[in-house]
Amino acid sequence: MFGYLLLAILAFSIVAYFVGQATGKKFVAVNGAAIHSLPMYHGAYVAIWVGIPALILSILWIALQGSVIDGLLTSSLPSALTEGASSAQINLILSEIKNVAAGREFSVPTDEIRAAADSYLRWQDIARWAMVVAAISIMLLAMFFARTRLAPRFRARNGVEQIVGWMMITCAVIAVFVTIGIIGSLVFESLEFFKMVPVHEFLFGLRWEPQIAIRADQVAGNGAFGAVPVFLGTLVISFIAMLVAVPIGIFTAIYLVEYADDRLRNIVKPVLEILAGVPTVVYGFFAVLTVAPAVRNAGNLLGIATSPNSALAAGAVMGIMIIPFISSLSDDALVAVPRSMRDGSMAMGATRAETMTKVLLPAALPGIMGGVLLALSRAIGETMIVVMAAGLIATLNINPLDSVTTVTVQIVSLLIGDTSFDNPKTLAAFALGLVLFLVTLALNVIALNIVRRFREQYE
Amino acid sequence: MTDSTMTPPRKATKIGDALRRRRNAADLRLRIYGIAAITAAIGLLVILLTTLFLGGYQAFVQTHIRVDFPISADNVDPGDPADGNYRAVVRQAMSALLPDVSTPAETRAIAKILTNNTQFFVRDAVVRDLSVIGGTLTLEVPAADIYDQLNKGTISRETLEENRRVSDQEIAWFDELQAKGAVSTPFNWGLIFNADSRFPEIAGLSGAIVGSFYAILVCFLVAFPTGIAAAVYLEEFAPKNRWTDIVEVNINNLAAVPSIVFGLLGLAVFIQTFGLPRSAPLVGGLVLALMSLPTIIIVTRNALKAVPPSIREAGYGMGASPQQVVMHHVLPQALPGIMTGTILALAQALGETAPLLLIGMNAFITSPRLALWMPPPLCQLRFIFGPIVRNGASLRVHLLAFSSCLHSFSS
Repeated sequence: MFGYLLLAILAFSIVAYFVGQATGKKFVAVNGAAIHSLPMYHGAYVAIWVGIPALILSILWIALQGSVIDGLLTSSLPSALTEGASSAQINLILSEIKNVAAGREFSVPTDEIRAAADSYLRWQDIARWAMVVAAISIMLLAMFFARTRLAPRFRARNGVEQIVGWMMITCAVIAVFVTIGIIGSLVFESLEFFKMVPVHEFLFGLRWEPQIAIRADQVAGNGAFGAVPVFLGTLVISFIAMLVAVPIGIFTAIYLVEYADDRLRNIVKPVLEILAGVPTVVYGFFAVLTVAPAVRNAGNLLGIATSPNSALAAGAVMGIMIIPFISSLSDDALVAVPRSMRDGSMAMGATRAETMTKVLLPAALPGIMGGVLLALSRAIGETMIVVMAAGLIATLNINPLDSVTTVTVQIVSLLIGDTSFDNPKTLAAFALGLVLFLVTLALNVIALNIVRRFREQYE
Repeated sequence: MTDSTMTPPRKATKIGDALRRRRNAADLRLRIYGIAAITAAIGLLVILLTTLFLGGYQAFVQTHIRVDFPISADNVDPGDPADGNYRAVVRQAMSALLPDVSTPAETRAIAKILTNNTQFFVRDAVVRDLSVIGGTLTLEVPAADIYDQLNKGTISRETLEENRRVSDQEIAWFDELQAKGAVSTPFNWGLIFNADSRFPEIAGLSGAIVGSFYAILVCFLVAFPTGIAAAVYLEEFAPKNRWTDIVEVNINNLAAVPSIVFGLLGLAVFIQTFGLPRSAPLVGGLVLALMSLPTIIIVTRNALKAVPPSIREAGYGMGASPQQVVMHHVLPQALPGIMTGTILALAQALGETAPLLLIGMNAFITSPRLALWMPPPLCQLRFIFGPIVRNGASLRVHLLAFSSCLHSFSS
């Protein structure tokens, strides 16, 4: 229904455009060049006034319809059902009514419920048709009034441009709203979580066993929400990743900047970009099907006990993923060092290696550090590789051959399957998400600041 | 300065020689480290691609077995062909192919050489063409997963029988079918056109492909216009003040937020607050749109910056309004750059997995509906792998990875 309404609004707007444009053309025919706006703008003016109010109305209608009908239903229920019921119980009754209305009867409903389901269906029908009627009448009214305002000297272009300007501002503000939405939802759900589990227990507790029951009939653990093992696991895997990526990335950048000729650069740089373009889930396959068995076999060969989902495998593959970040950011940093410094060093008779290690690297160090921090934040927030290749059980150890878990793995495992927003198991994921968001945000801000200060130093 | 004042070149001393050799060695060492690092990076990429390809290419073909099904009126009632005893039809057909088999247990076992859904294939063929009742119906049917893997060599015949998923007897039957020329390995169209299934040999990606398509369509429809409008405002019209600074810093930071956080946002806002359905490509597309919005804004701003100011000045000189200049001259000039960036952002969104897991896009869909109005639930390309891994056909997993790799290169 809503879809057809959207199509109708679109069709009305197009008709309105042509009506306005025809009027504009008539003005041109009568008054010649003395009109203010081109016919096109007259058309756009009418189309905007027809389309946008109706669109806003129908979106608001859809958003509010559910809660209004719920309110009506609750007040129409016999008082025997609602007397003294908590909001959760009323929600239960409402969802039963909706299930019955949709024809999903799990048990034989009582007469009250059946009556309520009938009126629910009726109200929904009324609301739907009322929305269509309201939207169409608004469009017709708008078309009439906008059409009457058109005149040869009417400033249709200014009107259109003003509205388009506001639409662009709205779009720019959406990006801010996304951030507010992220912070708001994370903080709100985390506060709910911290009402059930104290903050200090979450941040400093040493036991993480979040798989508790969501429904009454589930078999599950008692629950413990101390996230230190999870943070430690994240650090272990990120550290392994950096251990792989930093040397390879920086030495690649050094060679490309100092030694390689253009031909080699033109080959190596796109190849590294391919490495950056591979979807992370593909790296996950690689980790779980190729690297993890290889690590395990190597461990068995040396007689070392190795877990099948060792931190080493996940971390190493994550390291491969972030090589291109580090190499391209270090490359930029090294290239940004003024040529005069390199020339001066070479003129003093230093070899290329000495120029690189004693002049260019120290000068570029802040930029490289910024790149490494950006890569670290990327590694901490990376999900698919660890979901597929790292472990699920949080243990307090830093042995890279053992299985550890990470923040992102825990978020995914807590939110797959049953979720319930009044249960610490689901809410714990949001608390972890908040920590992840804050840490990566801090790393990004620091890294971007370092990089910017470094750029300013040499510009 | 004259030549006479120049000091003659110092004679190479032993100490100097040694020092120079050491310095040159250090230079060589750094060079070698660099080459080693590049070789390592490229080598790792090659290993990644080779393992994916070697693991995946076999899933493009599939083992089929040609069987003549005797459709007797005893088993299928011409009045009600949908309700025949097709299990018996399949058993009779296989017994005719392998006449040595006699015991009931073995008769059941040879029927399992074909995929479990064979009876439904036969039923559908009969319902489509009732004239075969009383005659025979020849069909090419996919072999069961283990025989498919045996034929492709992923189950080795050298393995000890107790460690092997196919017994010696089953291998003998399969060889007999092969000797009769009933076995063929055509291209695996089912991989593209079939939906999820509990049986690996008839599982395919159509649900995932449809879901990915819808999600990316929604993502494009939302993120592309919004991103361009936001970028045009920030680059061309916005006054330089504290507010626009905040918006700008905010967009740069948003581009670096881990993708899983967008999944949490989608779960809390779209599903919990707005009550949109789980597993719907509409929600997935919206989450992906929010995720790729900052990228699109940033690339669009860069493309707009690259348009020379002379174009704008010429437009103003002709008396165009600021918006006319942007819409008619600047945006068309910047469009190629914007499109390149958008395609990259969409490719990234298409390969994105983590946020979609949180909003239930890993559903198990056996009949994707190709309807226009956002049919819940459809799933994302990557996440079909769960059910298939459980059924032991890791070949397809490789192929999935392989295909998603390909799409990322094509961009």
